[in-house]
Amino acid sequence: MATTYRTCPRTGLQFDLDADKLMRWNAVAGVLWLLVGGITALLVILTRWPAIKLLPADQFYLILTAHGIDMLILWIIFFEMAVLYFASSTLLRCRLATPKLAWTQFWLMVVGGIMTNVAIFQGESSVMFTSYVPMQAAPHFYLGIILFAVGALIGCGVFFGTLVVAKREKTYTGSIPLVTFGAMTAAIIAVFTIASGAAILIPTFLWSVGLIKEIDAQLYRMVWWALGHSSQQINVSAHVAIWYLIAAVAFGAKPLSEKVSRFAFLLYILFLQLASAHHLLSDPGMSAEWKVLNTSYFMYFAVLASMIHGFTVPGAIEAAQRKKGLTNGLFEWLRKAPWGNPVFSGMFISLVGFGFIGGISGVVLGTEQINMLMHNTFYVPGHFHATVVVGTTLAFMSITYLLVPTLFRREMLFPKLCQIQPYLYGLSMIVLSLVMMGAGTLGVSRRHWDMAFSGAPFQYEWPGSAYLMMGLTGIFGVLAVIGGGLWIGLVVLSLLFGKKLDGGATSDKPTPIPDQSAAAHASGTGSHEHVAVPGTVVLAITLLTCFVLYYFVNWKYLSEVWGLS
Amino acid sequence: MSAILPPSERLWWKTPIAGQEWAWIGIAFVWAMIMFVMMIYWHINGKQNLSNEVYKTTTEMFTAKTEAFVKENTIRTETDQQIPVAKPNAKGEAFLLARLWSWYPILELEAGKTYKIHLSAVDYNHGFSLQPTNINIQVVPGYEHVVKMTPTKAGTYAIVCNEYCGIGHHTMLGRIYVK
Repeated sequence: MATTYRTCPRTGLQFDLDADKLMRWNAVAGVLWLLVGGITALLVILTRWPAIKLLPADQFYLILTAHGIDMLILWIIFFEMAVLYFASSTLLRCRLATPKLAWTQFWLMVVGGIMTNVAIFQGESSVMFTSYVPMQAAPHFYLGIILFAVGALIGCGVFFGTLVVAKREKTYTGSIPLVTFGAMTAAIIAVFTIASGAAILIPTFLWSVGLIKEIDAQLYRMVWWALGHSSQQINVSAHVAIWYLIAAVAFGAKPLSEKVSRFAFLLYILFLQLASAHHLLSDPGMSAEWKVLNTSYFMYFAVLASMIHGFTVPGAIEAAQRKKGLTNGLFEWLRKAPWGNPVFSGMFISLVGFGFIGGISGVVLGTEQINMLMHNTFYVPGHFHATVVVGTTLAFMSITYLLVPTLFRREMLFPKLCQIQPYLYGLSMIVLSLVMMGAGTLGVSRRHWDMAFSGAPFQYEWPGSAYLMMGLTGIFGVLAVIGGGLWIGLVVLSLLFGKKLDGGATSDKPTPIPDQSAAAHASGTGSHEHVAVPGTVVLAITLLTCFVLYYFVNWKYLSEVWGLS
Repeated sequence: MSAILPPSERLWWKTPIAGQEWAWIGIAFVWAMIMFVMMIYWHINGKQNLSNEVYKTTTEMFTAKTEAFVKENTIRTETDQQIPVAKPNAKGEAFLLARLWSWYPILELEAGKTYKIHLSAVDYNHGFSLQPTNINIQVVPGYEHVVKMTPTKAGTYAIVCNEYCGIGHHTMLGRIYVK
C-alpha cells in the first residue's frame, strides 16, 4: 500500500498521512457543527430564561430540535471518527485500512448532517431529537440521520479493519494499548447503536413517505432509545479512553492495572446498551421487572465499571506523580499537577464533573421509582449536560489542545486564553447542570416554551425558587456558551493563523512500536510494584458518600408524594 | 509503559491486582447491589410504585370510554370552555384523556381515597406531570394505563403536559381538585 508516514517531532506519535488528513477533516467538521449547536444553544437558553423569552414558540421548538441533533449526533460523532482513526492508526503505528471507504464515511456523514438540518430549518420537522411517532417529520429528516449513521458504521468498520491490519503487519507486539481498547469498546457499542437506529429509523422513514401505515408509539420509544441512549454510551467509552490518553501523555501515567481497566471496559460492552430502559421507566408498556433489570444495567454492572474508571484514572495520575517524588501528604500530587495546561485542567474537570454530577444524577434518575419524580422534567437535560457536555465535550476540547500542534501542526494562539477556557466552560457548565437539576426537582418541564402557561384555560404558578433556578440557568448558560465559543474561536484562529510547526520526518515505511515487554524486562526487577494512591482513595470515598446521601434523599422525597400502586 | 502503548507486561492478565483496587471494586460492588435491591424492596414495602396494569386501546375506544365516564359523573362545568368536572363514583374509577392541547376532564378526588385513573393519549405522546406534588408519567397513544393514585393532601393541583406535543404544548394544562 502506498502511503507515507510522518513522525511528530514533539510527541513521537507516528501518523499515516491518509489517516492524518481524515482525522483533520472529521475534527473540523465536528467543530463546525459545534458552532451551529452553540448558536442554537444560545437561542434556547435565551428563550427559556423567563426574563428574556427571546423566540416565539414555533422557532423555539425548531431551534431546540436543531440543538439536539447538531450537538448530540453531528458534533460528537464526527469528533469520535477522528478519535477512532487516532486510536487505531496512530497509536498502533499502522496504515489506515481502506482510506477510500473512510472518505465515504466522511462524505456520507456530511451529506446526512446537512440533509437533516435542511429539513429542520425548513420548519416542517420540529419533532425534537427524539422524533417520537406519531408526530411526523419530513422524510429527509429521517433519511439524513440514516445516511449519517451508515457513514458512522463505515467508520467503525475502518477502525476494526485497521486493528486487523496492525495485527497482521505486526506493527506492535503483545496486546493493543488500553486507549485503543477503550476506543474499540466505543466502536462495538456504536455498531449495536447504529443497528438499533436502523431498526427504527428505516421503518419511520418509510412511514413518513406513506409506505408503512402505522408505527406503534411504545415500540418506537423502546427501539429508538436503544439508539438514543446507547449513542451516549459510545461517548462515555470514548471520553474515558481520552482520560486515559491524557493521563498518559501529560504524566506518563501507566494504568494501575491493565486487567482492572480492561475488565471495566468489557463491562461496558456487556451491559451499557440496556440503558434504553432509562427513558421508559414511567412508560405504560413495560413491566416493573423489565424496568428494574434493564435500568440497572443488569444489577448496576456498568455503573460499577464507571466507578472503577473513576478510581483508576486519577489513581494512575497519582501513582505517576508520586513516582516523580510528589509524595507529601494526601494531595501534593494533585496540587502540583499542571493546572495551567488546558489539556490536563480540562480533562480533570471533565472527570470530576462527570463523576460527581453526571454520574450520580444519572443513577438516581435511572432508579425505577425515583424516575417518577424527574421524568421529562428539566432535571433530565441537567443530568445529560453534566455527562455529555462536561464529560464528553470537555474531554474532546482538552485533547484538541494536544491535537492542534500534533495533528494540525499549528501552535495554539493566545495561550493565556487557552488556559482560562476549560475553567470558564467546565465550571459554568457544571453550575448550569446543577441549577437545571434544581429546576427539574421543583417540577419544571423540559422542552417547554412558557413556564407561565400563557393561553392555558387555568393558571399554575411555579414556586419562586423555580423562577430563580431558571434565571440562573440563563446566566450560567450564557457563560457556558461564551466558554464554548471561546474554544471554537481559539481553535479556528489557531488553525488559520497559528505558527506553522514542523511536521517531522516522513518515511515510506512505518516504524513499529518497540517491544515493550523486552524493555520492561531489561529495566524492571520482574516484581509487580504497586504504588499506594491514598489521595485517590479519599476522592473515591468522597464520591461514594455524596452518592449514598443524594440517593437516599431522593427516596425520602418519593415517599412524600401521593400514593401510587 | 503507558496507556497509549501495548501493556509492558506481556501477560498483563496474570499480574496481581493491588489491595486498594480490590477494596474499591468490593465497595462499589456492594453499593451496586444495595441500589439494585432497593428498587425491589420498594416494590414490596414502598407506597409509590408505577402500576403494571396496561391495555392496548385505540383513539375511538378510549374517547368513548372517557365520554361515558364524563356523562355519568359530571358535577359541574368550569371556565368559558365549559370543561366538565367529574367526581368518580364509589368504585373510584376515573378516566383522564390527553389530547392536543388539553387534559379532559377535570377530576375531583378526595384525600386518602384510592382511585384507579385510566390514562391515555389520543394523538401524540403527552406527559402527565402533577404539580406541585411532582409525579411524572409518560402517556403513550394506543396504551391505556391504569394507575392507582391516593391523594394525600387537599388542594388544587395542576397537570402540566411535559412531553413535547407541538406548538400549543405550553397551553396544555389540566386540573385535579382534592377535597
